Amino acid sequence: MTPRTLFEKVWDAHSVHRLPEGPVLLYVDLHLVHEVTSPQAFGGLRRATRRVRRPDLTLATVDHNVPTGDRALPIDDPVSARQLDALSANAGEFGIELFDLRSPNQGIVHVIGPELGATQPGMVIVCGDSHTSTHGAFGALAFGIGTSEVEHVLATQCLVMSQPRTFEAHFTGRLAPGVTAKDLILGFIGRIGTAGATGHVIEYTGDVIRAFSMEERMTVCNMSIEAGARAGMIAPDETTFTYLAGRPRAPAGAAWTRAVETWRQLRSDPGAVYDTRVSIDASTLAPQVTWGTSPGMVTDVSGRVPDLAQFQTDAERSAVRRALAYMDLAPGTPLAGLRIDRVFLGSCTNARIEDLRAAARVLRGKRVAPTVHAMVVPGSQQVKVQAEHEGLDRLFREAGFEWRNAGCSMCLGMNADILRSGERCASTSNRNFEGRQGRGGRTHLMSPAMAAAAAVAGCIVDVREWDLAAVPPLEPHPLAPPLHVVERGKGGEV
Amino acid sequence: MEPFVRHSGKAVALPRDNVDTDQIIPKQFLKGVERTGLGPALFYDWRYGPDGTPNPDFELNRSSAQGASILITGANFGCGSSREHAAWALEDAGFRAILAPSFADIFFANCCQNGLLPVRLLPQEIDELFRRVQAAGGDYALTIDLEAQGVEDGHGFRTQFGIDSYRREMLLRGLDEIGRTLLEESRIAAFERRRAIGTAGPVA
Ligand code: SF4
Repeated sequence: MTPRTLFEKVWDAHSVHRLPEGPVLLYVDLHLVHEVTSPQAFGGLRRATRRVRRPDLTLATVDHNVPTGDRALPIDDPVSARQLDALSANAGEFGIELFDLRSPNQGIVHVIGPELGATQPGMVIVCGDSHTSTHGAFGALAFGIGTSEVEHVLATQCLVMSQPRTFEAHFTGRLAPGVTAKDLILGFIGRIGTAGATGHVIEYTGDVIRAFSMEERMTVCNMSIEAGARAGMIAPDETTFTYLAGRPRAPAGAAWTRAVETWRQLRSDPGAVYDTRVSIDASTLAPQVTWGTSPGMVTDVSGRVPDLAQFQTDAERSAVRRALAYMDLAPGTPLAGLRIDRVFLGSCTNARIEDLRAAARVLRGKRVAPTVHAMVVPGSQQVKVQAEHEGLDRLFREAGFEWRNAGCSMCLGMNADILRSGERCASTSNRNFEGRQGRGGRTHLMSPAMAAAAAVAGCIVDVREWDLAAVPPLEPHPLAPPLHVVERGKGGEV
Repeated sequence: MEPFVRHSGKAVALPRDNVDTDQIIPKQFLKGVERTGLGPALFYDWRYGPDGTPNPDFELNRSSAQGASILITGANFGCGSSREHAAWALEDAGFRAILAPSFADIFFANCCQNGLLPVRLLPQEIDELFRRVQAAGGDYALTIDLEAQGVEDGHGFRTQFGIDSYRREMLLRGLDEIGRTLLEESRIAAFERRRAIGTAGPVA
């Protein structure tokens, strides 16, 4: 048999049928649904009197448009409230499990899927959200779809898709101290560009990736879309299995043993050929900070805002000119020392427990600069509970951070958490597009540790210059609470 | 879905690369539960100042751009968020086709789902179209023929474009993709029987 890549194995295993015109009918194992991109899909089903084919393979939560303040209070914005009510009505009508605002398992859809163990190796996972690529960290083929396709999956449990090309992103060497998974993926995007992997599914390989925890792998796969890729994947290994073991939706008992045996085969065969291949020496990477309005506009923290002359084409130069005007930055300005007004520690990229620990470690015994407004928005209510158990909430609060409830929050600013015009923000999220975090707001993407250091310094700083060697890493609390076990079909009520 | 066979109309140029869906339609317009009425939100932050007054410098606000149904733009159009609202807003604002050197994958699929034709041309062809729009003072029309897979302006610009045959067929006939897939129900059911879905995961 011809050697196949990990992607090809998962693709082949889900091809129901090849349509005469070429694309494949691809079977979906897990469909994640949220409030913003689903109402029109349910509306379409209703108009056509269609049913949800497999409600048991569909899971819904609210995240994009939820308030992150006090959950006991009613929702201020009546339009947002209607959208949340619509999802709850749709989930009820079509028999879909919903983790709503009252659920202890509510959170950003890409944080709760893995946390519940619903995300598993070898699956095809879709969601009406581009960062569905996150789930590829488990060796799943996971990608974002639009609302019409959401409706298609609800009705048929399949998608019509042409086979994407394959892309190997191979990382050699080791990351230097203070350099994180976020820096690795930002550095990669800076290198290949935001359309560098369009039409491809990336597989991340190499020792650095193997050494990453699941949370770090999720950060990497999460931003695959920012390189233009439809999905990112990492072959599952012991790290993956250890993470999944015992999670509420992971197989148990004999089924677990069988599953792990199957999952072990999910790796690219020796000699498998990728359409594109890029190799990067990870040891050359420094902490990354974006300076522009696209994730590819990124450089080392010790670097400077680039000069127009560094760019080849007119189109690039005009894009950079626009970006610098929007960011209010002059070419040649050093990034370190740039004053910031806000810090956002959150999003499906960097709001899991390890991200919070990394930031907290930097903050220990320090205070947020008086000019900075900083907040932590945990990726899920489970992350929040765990952090509180470890005392991280106290540490953040004492340092001067706001401690919120789970949601997308200022990653996209659909709720009240937004930047004011002209405010400059150090953000652990994934998109620095114009207006993304609030109209006129200026976003600098970076890692959680870098964002925490910026909060204290009041400006962008190189966290490597801080003597963290003396601060022991924050470890999981020995008495960390067991993950909230939810019974199937009881998401909303537990 | 309205079929797309052939369309002639006024073209407007937005010569920028990497226009993301956050620009095409900002987040505050994603709170609704309908797919209609989003035209006024199209490029909102570029079209209007913070006080709501139109920005006269924005390409789509020029008087010559009014009534345009074809958008000519830069590479990687529609990158970022998967929000189909971007395609809905373009369609609601009267656009039937978008011409660019490249599109982001999810946006491309979303356009096809809505009868909004995304046409990939060579970068030099797009540059030529930018020049022609400018030379015509904004009064520039194109004809896009999906059947023949051609674009022409009647004044010497003429080219062909590629599109996969499945998408072409769906667009030409305005077919309901879900209805089409439901015809394969027996194959889907057979596939499900072959695998124990949701237990041990798929076999490699
Ligand atoms: S956290 Fe941000 S990127 Fe992630 S799903 Fe929410 S809005 Fe999208």
